[in-house]
Amino acid sequence: MSTIEHAGDLPAWAALAVSFFLVIGASLALIGTIGFVRLPTFYERIHAPTLGTSWGTGGIVMASMIFFTVLSTRPVVHEILIGIFVTVTTPVTLMLLARAALHRDRAEGNPGVPREAPAQAEEGEGEAVTAE
Amino acid sequence: MSQTILSWSMTFAQICLVIAMALAALRMSRGPRAQDRVLALDTLYVNSMLLLMVFGIRTGKVIYFEASLVIGMLGFVATVALAKFLMRGEVIE
Repeated sequence: MSTIEHAGDLPAWAALAVSFFLVIGASLALIGTIGFVRLPTFYERIHAPTLGTSWGTGGIVMASMIFFTVLSTRPVVHEILIGIFVTVTTPVTLMLLARAALHRDRAEGNPGVPREAPAQAEEGEGEAVTAE
Repeated sequence: MSQTILSWSMTFAQICLVIAMALAALRMSRGPRAQDRVLALDTLYVNSMLLLMVFGIRTGKVIYFEASLVIGMLGFVATVALAKFLMRGEVIE
C-alpha cells in the first residue's frame, strides 16, 4: 500500500469525505455493471449502467473536487465539466439506443415488444413521441 | 491515519472500477445482440473515465482529468454514431 505523498497535509475530515465519495461512486458503478451483466432482457439491462453515470460519476467528481480544493486552498471546480457533460449526454445516448433497439425488434417481429403507435397519433406532433 | 484511509479507499475504488470494466467487456463479448454490445461499450467508456479520475486523485496531476474529459466526449460521439447505425444502417445520410 503506497502512501500518497502529495496529500501529506490533507486534514482528516477532508480525507474522510474524499474516501466516502470515492467508495460510494465506485461501488455504485460496480453495482450498475453487475446489474448490466445479470438482467435478462435488453430493455431491463439499459437501466442498470445509469447508476454509474449518475451517482457513480457524481461521487467521484465530488471526491476529486473536495480533494483538490482542500489541497490547493482555492476552489477547483473544473471537474464539474465532466459531471455536467455526462449528465447531459447519457439520456440522449440511451434514448437513441433504446429507439434503435425497439426499431430492430419491431422490424424482426419479435414477441414482447409494444406495437407501433396507431396512425392517428402521428397527427398531433407533440403526442406522437409519447404515444410510442 | 488520513493517509491510510485515503490510500485504502482509492485502492478499493480502483479495484471496483476494474471489475466493472471486466464485466462490461464480458457483456460485450457475450451479449446476444448488437445493441447489447453498443451499451457495453458505453458502460466501458464511463467506467474507464471514472478510473482515470481516480488515477488523477491518486497522482495529483491534471493530465488525467483532461484524458477523462476526452474519453467522455469520445464515448458520447461513438455511442450516438453506433445507435444511429443500428437504427438506419448508415451513419451519415
